[in-house]
Parts: sequence; C-alpha cells; structure tokens
Amino acid sequence: MSRTALGMPGLRPGSGNLFAEEKFPSAARRELGNAQLRRNLKHATSTIRTKRLNVTGELPDWEELREAGSALKTSVMARLPELLEAFEANVTARGGTVHWARDADEANRIIHGLVKAEGVDEVVKVKSMATQEIGMNEYLEEHGIAAYETDLAELIVQLDHDKPSHILVPAIHKNRTEVRDIFLKEMPGVDPGLTDEPRRLAMAARAHLRAKFLTAKVAISGANFGIADSGALSVVESEGNGRMCLTLPGTLITVMGIEKLLPSFSDLEVFLQLLPRSSTGERMNPYTSLWTGVTEGDGPQKFHVILLDNGRTNALADEMGRSALHCIRCSACINVCPVYERAGGHAYGSTYPGPIGAILSPLMTGVEAEENGSLPYASSLCGACYDACPVKINIPDILVHLRGKDVDAHRGGLPSQLDVGLKAASWALSDGRRLGAVEKLLPLGRAAAGKDKKIKKLPGIAAGWTQSRDIPAPPSQSFRDWWAKEHKES
Amino acid sequence: MKIALFATCIVDGMYPRAAQATVAVLERLGHEVVFPKGQACCGQMHVNSGYFKEAVPVVANHVRAFESEDYDVAVAPSGSCVASVKHQHPMVARRAGDAGLEERATAVGKKTYELSELLVDVLGVTNPAEQLGSYFPHTVTYHPSCHGMRLLKLGDRQAGLLRGVKGLELLDLPEADQCCGFGGTFSVKNAYVSSAMLADKAANIRSTGASVCAGGDYSCLMHIGGGLSRQGSGVATLHLAEILASTEAAPVAVPGPAGQPVKVVVK
Repeated sequence: MSRTALGMPGLRPGSGNLFAEEKFPSAARRELGNAQLRRNLKHATSTIRTKRLNVTGELPDWEELREAGSALKTSVMARLPELLEAFEANVTARGGTVHWARDADEANRIIHGLVKAEGVDEVVKVKSMATQEIGMNEYLEEHGIAAYETDLAELIVQLDHDKPSHILVPAIHKNRTEVRDIFLKEMPGVDPGLTDEPRRLAMAARAHLRAKFLTAKVAISGANFGIADSGALSVVESEGNGRMCLTLPGTLITVMGIEKLLPSFSDLEVFLQLLPRSSTGERMNPYTSLWTGVTEGDGPQKFHVILLDNGRTNALADEMGRSALHCIRCSACINVCPVYERAGGHAYGSTYPGPIGAILSPLMTGVEAEENGSLPYASSLCGACYDACPVKINIPDILVHLRGKDVDAHRGGLPSQLDVGLKAASWALSDGRRLGAVEKLLPLGRAAAGKDKKIKKLPGIAAGWTQSRDIPAPPSQSFRDWWAKEHKES
Repeated sequence: MKIALFATCIVDGMYPRAAQATVAVLERLGHEVVFPKGQACCGQMHVNSGYFKEAVPVVANHVRAFESEDYDVAVAPSGSCVASVKHQHPMVARRAGDAGLEERATAVGKKTYELSELLVDVLGVTNPAEQLGSYFPHTVTYHPSCHGMRLLKLGDRQAGLLRGVKGLELLDLPEADQCCGFGGTFSVKNAYVSSAMLADKAANIRSTGASVCAGGDYSCLMHIGGGLSRQGSGVATLHLAEILASTEAAPVAVPGPAGQPVKVVVK
C-alpha cells in the first residue's frame, strides 16, 4: 500500500484505550448472550435512528451539507501542519498555552503536571472522547487525583466502575433500574428512597454534581472544534454541565485531537448543522460553548490546550484510510449498524466502537496491534454507515482496505482454512473452463443432502454457516451446462 | 438489442433457474441473449475478505470475458455482483498498479446493469403483466438487498416490477432495509452476529404471512432461505427473475418447505 511521506520522523502508533483485547467474534458472541443489553440497544438505537431521519430529511440541502462537510475536512487534512501552527499561534496570542502530545502517555503526563501545579487533588470533567482514549481518569487516579465525570451518562458509567459502550450515549447498555441501583450503591449521600423515575435520577445526579462544580479549581474538557484562524474552541452538549465546567473553575485544560481543526469560524455554519442532527437527532443542541484564550475577569484565567496525535498521523499516512479522521464523533454510523446493535460497544474493546471504531482503532494503532486486526471484519458491509455519515466517510471501502492490510500482514505464516479455500477459489474463479469443471463436481454434493434435499451440517469453518442455516442440494446441472446443451455447444 | 448475460458464479452453480429465467424474460421482450463463455465470478468474495492479490486474476478474467464478446449491454441477476463489477473492479486494478486493467474494467462496468435496472431504465418495462405476461398468484414479501439498495440505488425498481405481476400480492416487510446478515465470509467469520441478524430478518419475513420472500440477489436469498428452511418455516425464497418469468401458461412452482426443485419453462 502506498504511504504518503509527511516528513514527520518516527510516526508512533496510538496507545491507551484503542485496543481490542479479545478477538471481535468471541467478544461479540459473549455480549450476544446478554438479552437485557440487546433489548436496551435495539430500543435506544431505533429511537435515535428515527429522530435522525426526521431532522435530516427535512433539510432540502442535506446532501450538499454532507458534501461541504466532507470537502472541508479533506482540505483540513491536506493542510494540517499549516493549520495547526496557525491555531497554536492564535491560542498563544490570546493568552492560552499550547502543548503537543505524541501519544497517550505524553498527554497524561502533561495533564498531571498542570493539575499538580494548581495544588488540587480533584478536577471536574466535560464529556470527552479524547480523554477516554488516553485513559486520563485512570492515570490521574494512580497519581492521587480524582477526575469527576459531570455528564450524566458518563457519571453513571464512572460510578459503576464500568466502561462506556457508545460514544454519544455511554450508558446505553444500562436501563433506569440499573441506574438507580448504581446510584444507591455508589453515590455519596444519596436518598435511600430513590426511585427509578428518570426525573428523580436526574435530580440526584444534579445535587451530587452541583457541589463539585462549585468547589472545583480545575476543569478538563475535550473539544468538538478548534478554529485555526482565531484559536477559538467549541464544545457542543445537551446538559449544561459542560458550560459549568468551562466557565466556573479558574483553570481549564482542553485535550483536542489534531484532526478537530476547522480553518475558520464560518465553517461552523456547516458543522453545527451536521453534528446535532446526526448525533442526537436534534435541529440544534441545547448548549454550544465557544471560547478563545483567556478574558480578564470572565471565565478561567488559565487555559491550556493539549494537541493530541496518538496515532492520528498514522491514520493520515494511510491514503485510503485517512478520511476516517474526518469523523466528528456524531455516532450516526453506530446507531444504524446492525452489528453494533447486536454486539454492543464493549465487544470492540476500544473507546471507539461501531463502524467508525472498526476502522479508526486499527488505523491509529496499526492493524497488527493486539486483536485490532479482527475489527475490520466486524461488518457485513451493508453500507448503512456510509449513508448515515454526515461527512461521507466511506466506511465499507476502508473496512475492506484494512482487511487487505490484515491479510497481507499474515502472508507467509501458517495458512488458515480461509487462506487455502480462497486461494483455490481464485484459481477456479479466474477461468470459465476451470469453473465449469468444478461445477461438474457440484452434483456430488447432492449425496451430502438428506431426503429433504437439504445439507444441514458442514465441516471446518463452514460449520459457522450450518449453525443456523441449511444449504439446498446443488442442481443436477449448472447454468453453463444447460446453456451449452440448449445452444448445441460442446 | 444484444444482451450479454453475466450469470454470476452462485447462480451458475447453485441456482441456474434464476439465469434461465433472466434469459426467458429478455427473449420474451425480443432481445438476443449471449453468454460469454469465459466468465466465472466477479471476485467480490476475495475483495471483501481482503484477498486483493487473489482477486486480481478473477477480475482480469471477467474483464477479458466481457470484452471478447460483441454486445450492447451486459446484465446480471444480482445487485451485489454488478456493484462489484462497477465499483470494485477498477479499484482492484488500481491497487495492483495495473492502469490498463483499470481502464478496461471501467469500460466493462459502464455497460453492465443489474436486471431490474436494465428492465426499467433501458428496456422500458413498466407493466410486467402486460409486457412479459408475468403471473404469480401468491403472497410475496420482498427483501431489498443492501448493495442493490445502497450501492446501485435501485430504489423502487425491483418492488415496482413485483407489484406489476398479475395475481401477486406484495406484503410490506418490516425493517426491510436491515441487512440479512450474510456479508459473504462475514457469515462464517462472525457467525454468531450473522445468525442473530438472520434470526430478526426471518422473524420479520414470517410476520408478514407471505408464502414467498423475493429478492434480487441469490446470495442473500441463499442465506435467508437457509434460515427459513432450518426453522421449518415453510416460506420459500425466489428470485425476482423467476417471478417475472412465471406465466399463466407455465407458472413457476413455489418450492415447498421440503425445497423441491423448481422447473422454469424457458420461452
């Protein structure tokens, strides 16, 4: 595969929570056994799906918006070094400090240093994929600093010592009774009479979080967008917890993936339409916060932004795969994916589940890393993700491209059953006469069928097929033979 | 019009009746059908499984076979294989660094149509009952296969043709746009997720009460039919071409739950 030289010495693979620790098929098989999980997922994803279709369908220029989003991101990737430097200069000029982190560990060390310098042992957090990806909460905890999630669903997951299973609705795998039980067990000072009524649950979380907002000295956020020509940053959210974190504490630390840049403020016009409609299925999200550097007497007086690579330049160097970096984390692809709907987010191992995770994780870490080589196969290639993606990432094509990389990485080793079968099939299927000869043998398969003309059990990897499906007995002659007889050919 | 038939490997070997029915329908409209002998497979199984190197000779063979014959358009009774010919073949050639093959594959792809696309867009079939004598007195539900729906954007073409068949009652399939879970080698590599998807598809099909599930791709129909058969549902699967080829004089038999072979009368 061709690699574009970016002039960056020593690309390093992404680290942190980007890895499947178990091959997808076996992880998915286990998760499939969880009937509650499947019910929750089916209900939640189909609800969001319908909402999204309603609000994207009502815009006459939705397809043009997708085109614009795709074109803008393509140009950002082509100009990334230049835009990053402009962003750094503008943040600095407006009183912020820019840090560069090549991987998860560097980012965590920088963050820890900044928090320690403020002399505090707790911070509040805005929901952020980048900090999940680098495992920041765990790192800070090991160093004696408690990081409190303030997004309701992230709070639920954190209190339960669990992992998010969806990038937009991290607790999609929990229902309200489970949430009540978690609050009763883990939330300090909670009313022991708490019910599972959603309003009561939200009130309990609100009371718990309010104390944190008012005492925290440091907040940590991610960013949905960074504007290169002004150094502005933006976070979009639904609950207002983000606005609290971004405005109340004296110090704000923002962790932003380097692909989050947009050239200028006017580009938000496109993305602030694409993002809420694709993610929550709303015309507009309730809170859009924008800030630029520091302003005396208003908001945080110390502002740091950490520009995170963590394998993004690896993805950028892959000509076929680089458009995965266009992702704006809306989760539309996840909500339409039939594989995600059944396997759930945890089966993907990485912070990024679903179709986008199945390409993004191996692109960032390399397809050889741990079990990430199994992720590109976690798709029937139905194409629903590509249709749903607001920035038109051709996920099915990239999945197939990464399968090619995985197959090539294993060439020369001990061949699998599939290797042997597909090599033989390549020989037979690249010549009409050879295929014709093989087809003459097909009627022998009729012997394998029972009286009912069905084959019910096959050996080896084909047993995966017959676990739930029959195969009809082959016909007595192929079409090719029938045609030859009809047309008096030999 | 001279029409080259690409039978596709799965129909050629396992479901010849779909290709026979395609020939019958096209000849009934007064067109000449030719069968380029060198043809074998589109290579999609190799491409989608990541075996690009092994896909190259399969793609090259298809291009060779469909260049060597003189015809106006090519047709296949499969949205998935046509999508592969149109979209994957040039990409496989490009990846292999073969610009010549890429150009030739693109030219072949441009002349290749999925059956309903050819019938509706090129041959002007708007009323199968009148124009083809299509007659099929059964309740039918229809599964739109993913690649026809999303890669070829077939829209209502296949369902529209079914609605125009005399005697046929088309019943809406709930969650019709959901994948059946086949996905080629996905069905064995991720057999459990695939089976879970199939279970939902089969349940939706059975909920319609139709006696037949129709579709435009025998790969998906083999998968869906395999599940319906294992469940002992009694619901049969048939290709759109077989239903269009069925007439009052020579009605196509609906395969029973025991999967008895079907006889298609050609011409």
